[in-house]
Amino acid sequence: MTPAIELRDVFKRYGTMSPVEALRDVSLAIEHGELVSIVGPSGSGKTTLLHVMGALLRPSSGTVRIAGTATSSLTDRALSSLRAYRLGFVFQDYVLIEGASALENVSDGLLYCGVARRERLRRAREALERVGLAARTTHTPTQLSGGERQRVAIARALVGHPSLVLADEPTGNLDSHTGNAILELLVALNADGVTIAVITHDRDVATAAPRTIELRDGTVITDRATIAAGASHG
Amino acid sequence: MDERRVASSRLHPADVARIGITGLRAGRVRAALAVLGIAVGIAALVAVVGVSESSKANLVAQLDRLGTDLLTVQPGTAFASTSHNQLPYRAPGLIALIPPVRHVTETVDTTASVRRTDKIPPYQTGGITVLGASTDLPTALDAELAQGSWLNAATANYPTVVLGAGAAQTLGIDRLAPPVAVWIGGRWFTVIGILRPVALAPQLDQAALVGIPAAHRYLATDAHPTMIYVRTDPNQTLAVRNVLAPTANPENPQDVAVSRPSDALAAQIAAKGAYNTLLLGLGAIALVVGAVGIANVMVMAIIQRRREIGLRRALGATRRHIAIQFTAEALTLSALGAAAGILAGVLITAGYAHARHWTTAIPPALYPGAVAAALAFGLIAGLYPAVRAARLSPTDALRGTT
Repeated sequence: MTPAIELRDVFKRYGTMSPVEALRDVSLAIEHGELVSIVGPSGSGKTTLLHVMGALLRPSSGTVRIAGTATSSLTDRALSSLRAYRLGFVFQDYVLIEGASALENVSDGLLYCGVARRERLRRAREALERVGLAARTTHTPTQLSGGERQRVAIARALVGHPSLVLADEPTGNLDSHTGNAILELLVALNADGVTIAVITHDRDVATAAPRTIELRDGTVITDRATIAAGASHG
Repeated sequence: MDERRVASSRLHPADVARIGITGLRAGRVRAALAVLGIAVGIAALVAVVGVSESSKANLVAQLDRLGTDLLTVQPGTAFASTSHNQLPYRAPGLIALIPPVRHVTETVDTTASVRRTDKIPPYQTGGITVLGASTDLPTALDAELAQGSWLNAATANYPTVVLGAGAAQTLGIDRLAPPVAVWIGGRWFTVIGILRPVALAPQLDQAALVGIPAAHRYLATDAHPTMIYVRTDPNQTLAVRNVLAPTANPENPQDVAVSRPSDALAAQIAAKGAYNTLLLGLGAIALVVGAVGIANVMVMAIIQRRREIGLRRALGATRRHIAIQFTAEALTLSALGAAAGILAGVLITAGYAHARHWTTAIPPALYPGAVAAALAFGLIAGLYPAVRAARLSPTDALRGTT
């Protein structure tokens, strides 16, 4: 079966005179249905990796295949299409549209997919139910708590049924209790079949994922099944 | 090998309008100020065109009332003038013989002044001229009396006077009972009538009119006509005009000045178009200022909303979608400005026209024109910021500060 995403010999260099290598010879594949955490100290290239995996950034060399589609030869427009139909993004600080309701924000996940507005709203309501926010559809972001905002953002990432959800520090702005609830949601969604890659500093998040990829200086140093931590949390 | 086709990113036009409006909710005050700029420009344009069109319509109505069948004959001021430049006594009678001429009447200048009493020095004329007038003048010029009666064959021989509307006002005479007299040329003249304003000959409003025989007898005029009014068959006015000079003074037709008062009005109507250029220019400057305001709002929006741009790129928006969104926002601002400006412009025009007792006349083509102008300025103002937003790389946009 085709992996959800596959990177082979990926390099990313910034600058031309004395280039900085943000990614060095990264090769990895994430199969459908996986929950993978990507960890590493700051400056290790985590965000660059997420941008490359999310077709937001072209690698300097190497190949990226998203749901079987090689990205290197695609135009900017085709990359946009790939993001619209195959990828979902969750950001540390949610990035919600301030003036719009939770439902509108979630339905924006389908805004560029050519889905009629009525259908978008129907599917957005479903997605909000899925993240436990059925009662908050008309609230605007300022009327929601941090955890609720992140749930809206997760619902927005899910609403288009992407091949892969990329989450960048999804619990980074939340207290540990709320963060754990978000983590449990991600685990539950994964159990339902959603493929998720989480970039994180959070040890709890890393241990919750069955597989952990560790980066250092732009290189994958470990990629293995997570060793279950003895200590429980909560 | 396994390259499955991915459908293209799409954005429905109805959604463009919706996100265009949502986006503006964030910076409402700044957006309102930009709208104000465009509104001022559009209001200025609409008001300038509306007021001048209303004024023009008023002049046209005046011209209709006045008619174009009136010609006037005066002594000429030609260089080659031989005689003392007087119209012959018999000129009105000769003109009356031209077949399409319907009415002829004349006035005679005097050097006398009119005063309320003999205590007032002669140089204080109050701008009132004393004219001799023939008895058929009201018929020929559609003049109506506000009070009293016009000169007849009897009163024209005696020291009696009819005052023009403005002259009566200047002299402070508003009623004729008890009988009123005014001091003209060293003699009391009884006021027997006051005219209403004469549309065909406004100069009569500032005149005191005595009979021609009386003018000759008491005011020492030589009684040569100094102004002959000719009313013609409306279809023959130009033909009559061409023969008036030789008819009035067969010996020296070059000493006769013939004119058509309606031509002055027609010229005024024609001139209306030219007067507006300056005000239209000011309106255009206001529009430019408004456009700069919109450009400023959009540039600020793009700086403040970098993360939103990044988000939309992540959600699958193409560069074009981003450009379209911000252009739509700029166009929304200018459309709001156009709506407010048209409303204000129409109100200004209606208020001004009302104050001047005109009917409001705004050409219907002005509305789409104003909207098109506003949208054009909005488009120009929005294009650069929109292109800048579209060029932003998704990763830079996502890294932008919130």
